[in-house]
Amino acid sequence: MTLESIIRVTDVRKVFGLLPVLDGVSLEVRGGEAVALLGANGAGKTTLLKILATLLRPTRGTATIGGHDVAREPEAVRALIGVVAHGAWVYDDLTARENLRFWATLGGLEAGADDVAAALAGVGLERAADARVRTFSAGTKRRLSLARVMLARPRVLLLDEPFAGLDQRAKKWLEGRLEAFKAAGAALLMVTHSLGRELGVADRLAVLAGGRIALDTARGSLGPDDVLRLYAAHAEEAL
Amino acid sequence: MSYARRALAVAWKDFAVERRSKETLNALVFFSLLLLFVFQFTLGGDRERLAAVLPGVLWLGFVLSALLALGRTFLVEREHDCWEGLLLAPGDKSAIYLGKLAGNLALMLVVEALVLGLFVVFFDIDLGRALPGLLVVVLLGTLGLAAVGTLFAAMTANVRARELLFPVLLLPVQVPVLLATVKATEALLLGEPLGAVAHWVKLLVAADVIYVVVSLLTFDVVLEG
Repeated sequence: MTLESIIRVTDVRKVFGLLPVLDGVSLEVRGGEAVALLGANGAGKTTLLKILATLLRPTRGTATIGGHDVAREPEAVRALIGVVAHGAWVYDDLTARENLRFWATLGGLEAGADDVAAALAGVGLERAADARVRTFSAGTKRRLSLARVMLARPRVLLLDEPFAGLDQRAKKWLEGRLEAFKAAGAALLMVTHSLGRELGVADRLAVLAGGRIALDTARGSLGPDDVLRLYAAHAEEAL
Repeated sequence: MSYARRALAVAWKDFAVERRSKETLNALVFFSLLLLFVFQFTLGGDRERLAAVLPGVLWLGFVLSALLALGRTFLVEREHDCWEGLLLAPGDKSAIYLGKLAGNLALMLVVEALVLGLFVVFFDIDLGRALPGLLVVVLLGTLGLAAVGTLFAAMTANVRARELLFPVLLLPVQVPVLLATVKATEALLLGEPLGAVAHWVKLLVAADVIYVVVSLLTFDVVLEG
């Protein structure tokens, strides 16, 4: 496991109009570590993820990935991150293989046919490789989205509700994939407001409430009831 | 090399999506046919009247079709939540612009060829010697329309009133192109050689160069919003 902090968020504030959504958030994620970012709707989880993904600029404070400032060096950051967002980022009228080839080329990756085939096999889509994405279920699209990310071999994985809309079998499968990313030394930050299976992947839990990190603790042997109790206490306290 | 590959990938993707869905092409063909029926109904068979208004009517058809086509440039990205994916793609974003421009240009030229063909049939026009010169003018005019249209489509892609804002932004900028194309088309249809409209062609070339260069330089900023 790598102990170096790959994601470093320091006193980040983000204001939309007059409304502060993040108000002094600080957080670190090391290589080979997964942090689950919990919080109620509107707590600012996705905003923080978008700042790290270089899609939003912080109003104040700094956020770095691999030592690169997300606001000042977005291109360097983009080369390090893989993002699995709410949308799958796939074109319905292209096949799974065509989608991966397109994103690989656009990302400047030297991905050959074998790499694309391996990425599809890695997410169990080898048989559906030449089927149009229009025919895929939400779970299958999520798999393809992960194959897109796998192809780029990112050092940092930013996930927004990665388990949303997946059935139990698909959740178990995704858990395995995320564990593999961690084992390869990647840093994972996943945003969720679910307290179920996805927390099994997380090494640490961070609760975002009132624009700040209200709790940052090792998951350790915390059971679902402990997590729920801690979440409720800290989220409500901050509100 | 990577830059060209990325631009080609975007153009190929748009071509493949359009070839399979045919959403824009079907809409444009139907719209063009509708326009032709309206023009035919209004102008009738009066040859003198037709000769006077034909260049304007022809370019009105091209521009209205272009507004429809160009306005949809980034619709596929919004519909499939791929906009952020484009933003996060490392490297020079102007490659995305070039790919989109190539796709738009190809689509518009296909529709314009169809409209021109139907104009010939509907209004019984003999293009004859005017055709080579007309092709040059149409190509240059379409490039000017597509160059700015692709940039403005990106600019308005995430704006609430984009359908309204897009033509309001695009048409004033297109005044030099529209003026040059209509005037050159008028002269060519009256039987004048391409050399006689060289000043309009030069204006079109200058406008195209400026539009493409400015769009390439600013697309990154526009996309990042």
